[in-house]
Amino acid sequence: MTAEPTTPVPKPARRFALLSNRAGAVFLTPAGLLVALFVIIPFFWVIFVSFTNRTLLGRTALNPEFVGLANYFALFDPSNFFQRGQFGFSLILTTQFVLASALIGQALLGLLLAWLIQTVPPWIKRLTETFVIAAWILPEVVIGFAWFAFLDRDQGTLNAMLTSVGLPRGDFLLQQPFWVIVVFNTWRGAAFSMMLFNSAFSSIPPSYFQAADVAGASSWQKFKDIALPLIRGHVVTDLILITMWTFNTFTPFLLTNGGPSYRTELLSIYNYRVAFRDFEFGKGAAVGVIIMLVNLAFALIYLTIGRKKRV
Amino acid sequence: MASVEFRHVTKTFGSFNAVSDVSFAIGDGEFVCLLGPSGCGKTTSLRMIAGLETPSHGQVLIGGDDVTNLHPKDRQISMVFQDYALYPHMNLADNIAYPLKVRGEPVQKRHGRAREVADVLKIGHLMDRLPSQISGGQQQRTSLARALVYPSRVYLFDEPLSNLDAKLRLEARGFLNHLQRDMGMTAVYVTHDQAEAMALATRIAVMDQGRIVQYAPPIEIYRRPATTFVANFVGNPPMNLVPVEATHGDGQLQLKADGLTLSPLPMSSGIAAALANSKSLTLGIRPEHLAIAEPGTGNAISGTLFANENMGPESLVTIERPDASRLTARIFTDDHIALTDAVTLGFSPEHIHLFDSTGARIPADREQPL
Repeated sequence: MTAEPTTPVPKPARRFALLSNRAGAVFLTPAGLLVALFVIIPFFWVIFVSFTNRTLLGRTALNPEFVGLANYFALFDPSNFFQRGQFGFSLILTTQFVLASALIGQALLGLLLAWLIQTVPPWIKRLTETFVIAAWILPEVVIGFAWFAFLDRDQGTLNAMLTSVGLPRGDFLLQQPFWVIVVFNTWRGAAFSMMLFNSAFSSIPPSYFQAADVAGASSWQKFKDIALPLIRGHVVTDLILITMWTFNTFTPFLLTNGGPSYRTELLSIYNYRVAFRDFEFGKGAAVGVIIMLVNLAFALIYLTIGRKKRV
Repeated sequence: MASVEFRHVTKTFGSFNAVSDVSFAIGDGEFVCLLGPSGCGKTTSLRMIAGLETPSHGQVLIGGDDVTNLHPKDRQISMVFQDYALYPHMNLADNIAYPLKVRGEPVQKRHGRAREVADVLKIGHLMDRLPSQISGGQQQRTSLARALVYPSRVYLFDEPLSNLDAKLRLEARGFLNHLQRDMGMTAVYVTHDQAEAMALATRIAVMDQGRIVQYAPPIEIYRRPATTFVANFVGNPPMNLVPVEATHGDGQLQLKADGLTLSPLPMSSGIAAALANSKSLTLGIRPEHLAIAEPGTGNAISGTLFANENMGPESLVTIERPDASRLTARIFTDDHIALTDAVTLGFSPEHIHLFDSTGARIPADREQPL
């Protein structure tokens, strides 16, 4: 009754746009310049350098020569491919590291934890989520040194705990360096998978599980027949993401420095050593290009699966 | 099939009492509807029978066994959910056969059985479809098929028809009634639709604020509602309730209200007991027991015409009384009746209901209603 009579405003027939094309271009320019400077130019620069024998010092620092595919042939030299400290060793080590710490460690553990916290009382679930997020947002360096302090031979927390329950002490960083970085990376990343799977499980209507309960399904049957098929898309996304992250991770360097004697030298660490410790820029760039290609393959798989899902 | 029993069951969520000290028994082969407005505790009660909720106090029995703390999968029950809970990644055959799969039946056998049930429900030709590729009515029947595919002691229904449109709902209601006659299953059916409860139930439990207000066969609920709440909830449109002042003398009861002419009624012991507390009573009369009458004739109530809704074979005539309360009459549509502004609705005394000041029915000495 009290509303004033309103005359409908005729809508403009053109397509809706927040900004004019020119204003949009102005806003895009700073970001575009930064991306070009720090991403696109280095991208092509690395590809270019990988075909030269450029170094930091000596004659080739000023006048690098074009060497064609020599750097790549050196990396895949069959005579020392599998030796410690060589490219092949790092590649295989990284693959094992990804399988053990990302696929089995993070994804499987995350999935298990996410499934387990579905059935606990809500306050325990919220508490767990809070702690997991708190661990997840800590900076890499802080975590690296926390683990270093935890595993230290003389003053480490783990050895103190082992002693107090009467178990023998160990120098884990020296004796089991590979498993140390696997456990470290699992601990570091399981939170992400758990949160992702947790939200995926939460998006399934509770009545699906209740109907299965009434029908007589066990917890394992509910997981296998209902939960897992319904979050398959999330699982694929998670696997691709954590595979790429683990493949490129550099943090284990904080724990083991790539050692002892190259036993934990992942590809990223190997790349760092070749390029910035041995200062063989050409060879380092070649390693970088190969890592880039592997990442590109992962990205393509991800995009293909992502596109399939939408159909 | 088996009986179901609640013994002093209470369920609290925090400080909220969803179900308060409810006791009732459902006989073997009975179809009981839990009827009430949302939040009255009917769904919580059903979920306690299913084992999806655990009572805070009291016991739940199925077939005489105490199942209070038993997991749903160990109760041998079937349930149809409001949202059907069909698995979107399984086709109809796998959906219907899922309860047999978890029991370890081989795929050939369970698909055969699923097909049999689906054929009965007229969805046998859709077995390869996904739930998203069939209509709402077909989804409802699929979820029903999944509940019927394995032997159960009790069938539970949580508002299974509320997501269907009006025509499909009538069809599904008729089918459920037929199924119940055919199988003689023990069923508990939650609904807020009184017509559904009236049509399906052998007994209705009307619930309000966590308690059962009345538990009786549908016709009893309709003829002798225990409280004004039940009277107002059952019937379409619901019963008209008019506050009246009572006086009595010479073994006769006189009821007074604006626009009401009512010859003295015989006193009963129930009325005398009610009048000892308060002279204010509530008079109830169903819309179908009112008819257009000439002013000043017999027992009648009058007011001004508020609405006249023609529903085809019948019309709903609503009048407004001086205190702004309204009464609705359900009458056969008759073109010869010209409604003027002032309308008088007549009724016969045997159709009136009386409630005391607390809303409880005043027990009648005679069978029909007073």
